[in-house]
Amino acid sequence: MAEFLAYLIAGIATGAIYALAAIGFTLVWQTSQTINFAQGEFVMLPAVLVLLAIKLFGAPIWLGALIGIAAFILIFGVGFKLTVVDPMIRHGVLPLAIATMALSIIMKEGAKDGFSAEAQKFPSFVPTETISVFGAAISLQHVAIIAVAFGVIGLLQWFVGGTRLGRQMQATAQNPTVARILGIPVERMVLLTFVINAALAVVASVLISPIYLAKFSNGEVIGLFAFIAAIVGGFNQVRGALVGGLIVGIVDSMAAAYISTSYRLAVPLVLLVIVILVKPEGLMGRKEERRV
Amino acid sequence: MKMHWIIAAALGTAVSLPALAQDKVKLVDVVELSGAGATAGTNWKNGIDLAVADINAKGGILGKQIEIVHYDTQTNPGNTRAAVQRAIDEGTYAVLGPVFSGPIGASMQIAQRAEIAQLVGGEAAGLTKQGNQYLFRTSLSQTAAMPKIAKYLKDTVKAGSVAVVWVNNDFGKGGRDAIIPELEKAGIKLAVDVATEQGQADFAADAIKVKNSNADAVFVYLNEEESARFLRAAKQQGITKPMVGETTLLGAKVIELAGDAANGVKGHVGLSIDAPIPAFQEFGKKFQAKYNYVSDHNGMKGYMAVYMVKWATEKQKKFDKKGVADTLRGATIKTSEEPGILIETTIEKNGDLDRESFLAEVKDGKQVITATLPKINP
Repeated sequence: MAEFLAYLIAGIATGAIYALAAIGFTLVWQTSQTINFAQGEFVMLPAVLVLLAIKLFGAPIWLGALIGIAAFILIFGVGFKLTVVDPMIRHGVLPLAIATMALSIIMKEGAKDGFSAEAQKFPSFVPTETISVFGAAISLQHVAIIAVAFGVIGLLQWFVGGTRLGRQMQATAQNPTVARILGIPVERMVLLTFVINAALAVVASVLISPIYLAKFSNGEVIGLFAFIAAIVGGFNQVRGALVGGLIVGIVDSMAAAYISTSYRLAVPLVLLVIVILVKPEGLMGRKEERRV
Repeated sequence: MKMHWIIAAALGTAVSLPALAQDKVKLVDVVELSGAGATAGTNWKNGIDLAVADINAKGGILGKQIEIVHYDTQTNPGNTRAAVQRAIDEGTYAVLGPVFSGPIGASMQIAQRAEIAQLVGGEAAGLTKQGNQYLFRTSLSQTAAMPKIAKYLKDTVKAGSVAVVWVNNDFGKGGRDAIIPELEKAGIKLAVDVATEQGQADFAADAIKVKNSNADAVFVYLNEEESARFLRAAKQQGITKPMVGETTLLGAKVIELAGDAANGVKGHVGLSIDAPIPAFQEFGKKFQAKYNYVSDHNGMKGYMAVYMVKWATEKQKKFDKKGVADTLRGATIKTSEEPGILIETTIEKNGDLDRESFLAEVKDGKQVITATLPKINP
C-alpha cells in the first residue's frame, strides 16, 4: 500500500506538470485552432532565463526570477502572439503550426548556445525533505508541485468561468465573430490567452526544474507527454488537459513500477493510440465538426 | 607597376600558405558538445584545449604547433560517424574522442580503416574486445573497474544485496553486464535491476523501486546528469542506503548538480583532481584558472589524450599517423618521460589502460580520496 501510494504521488506530481503544459496546448488551440509545437520549450525556457538573469546581472535569486519570468512572459506571451501568431494565422493554421516547430528549434538551440549545453542546478523554493504518509515517504517537492499546480489550475478555472474577463475569453474562443458583434475586444482576449499560456509555462518550469535540472533539451520530453495528455484528455477542454496530464503522469509512474522501466515511455503512447481509436475527441473533449 | 605588386603579393601568399601548414599538425576532436553527453564532452574538449595550449607554448610537437578543431556530435552516433570521416578527410593526425561508448562503437571502424589512432573517453568493456588496433582508451575499462567495486561492496560496505541502477546505452549496459557477474562471484545478491533511459529526467519511480527492494547498497551506473537527477530523487524518497558507483557518480559536475544529495556517495574513480598526486592537483588548478570550474575525470582524459599523441610522435621522432598507433600499443608512458601524462600509464595491446586508481567518497560537497589502488599488473 505504502509503495503504491508513493508511486501514485510521484505520478500525480509529474502529471500535474504535464497538465500545466497541456492546458497551454488547449488554450492556443481554442484561440487560434492550431498546435503550439514549441509548448515543451515554453516550459524549458523560463528556468534558463532565470539562471541567465542571475548570471548576467549578478542578481539574487528572487530578482533573477522576476527578471527572467517577466522577460519570458513579455517575449513568449505578448511577443509570440504579435510576431508569430498574428502574421501567420492569416495564411491558415498549417503555416502557424510549422512556425511553432521552427520556434521550438530556435528556442532550444538559443538556450544551448546562449546559456549552456549542460544541465544546470535550479534552486528549489521548497525544502527537499520527505514526510511520511501511511508509511510512504512523500517528497515535499512533489507535494508542493501538486498543491501549486492544482491551485493555479483552480484559479484559472475560476477566472475563466467566474469573472467577466474570463467569460469574454471563453466567448472569444467559442465564436470570435459573435464575440466581436457583442462588443468583446477579441484581439485583447486572444492576447490575454497567450499571456496566460506563458504564465502557466513559467509555473511548470519553476516547479519542475529543481528536479529535472535546467537544460535546453528538457522541453522534448515535457512537450511530448503534454501533447499526449492534451489528446488523451481532449484538446478543446481545459479540464480535459488536466485529466489527461494526470492520467499520463500516473500511467508513466505505474508503468515504471509494475511493468518495466525499459518500456515506460511506450506505455503512454499505447494509451494514446487506444484513446484515438476509441474516443478520438479525448476523454473529456467535445466533438467538433468542420467543413472542409 | 601596381599589377606587379599584386601578382607578387599573390605569389607570396601562395608560397607561404603551404609553409604555414607544414608548421602545424592538425588534430580533430569529435566530441559530445550538446545532447546527453554535453557535460562529459565539454570537460573533454576543455582538457584538450588546455593540453594544446601548454604544448604549443612549449614549442609544439617536434617543433610543430598543434591546430585543434572540435566537431560537435550532438551525442548522436550518426553525426559521430560523419564527423570522424570528415576528420580523416581533412587530414587529422589522430582522432580525439568521442567520450560516450555508443558513438565510439558506431564510429571506430572508420579510423581503423584509415589506420589512424583514435583516442577515446569511453569505458564500455566491449570496445576493446573487437580487435581494433587503432582504438585507445584514456580511462580504465569496466573490466578493470568492476572487480574493484564488487570487492569494495563486499569488504568495505559489507553489502549482502545490491540494487543495480544503470542507463540503457552502451556504457550503462556494459557496466551492468560487467558488475552483475562480479557481484555473484563476491556472493552478493542482486536485489533489483533497474534500467533507465539516457537523458531521463524523472527518476522518482526508479528511486521508489530501489527503496522498496530493501537492498543493503545501491550501485549507480548512469551518466553524469542522470546520476545527479537520480541522487536527488533518491534523497526525495528518503533512501539512506550507501550509494556506490564509478567515476560518473562522483564527478565534480554530479556533486555540483546533486548538491546535498551527493554527500555520502562512495565509489571507485579512475582519475580525480583530488587524488594525492601532485600532477593531478596541478592540472586541476590550471583547469580551474582557465575555465573557472572544477574539471571532472573527462577533462583529465582529454588532456592526457593529447599528451599520448605527443609522446608517441616524439618516441618515433617523426610524424607518422600509423606509427602513432604502433608506438602506443603495449607501451608504458612514465611521467619522467612525459609529465603531461600525469600518472604512469600502461597501454595494453588491445587499447585498454592499466594504472593506479582510487576509492573516493563525497563529503561536505567535495570528493575525498580514501584509498589508492595499485595497477592490476604493476
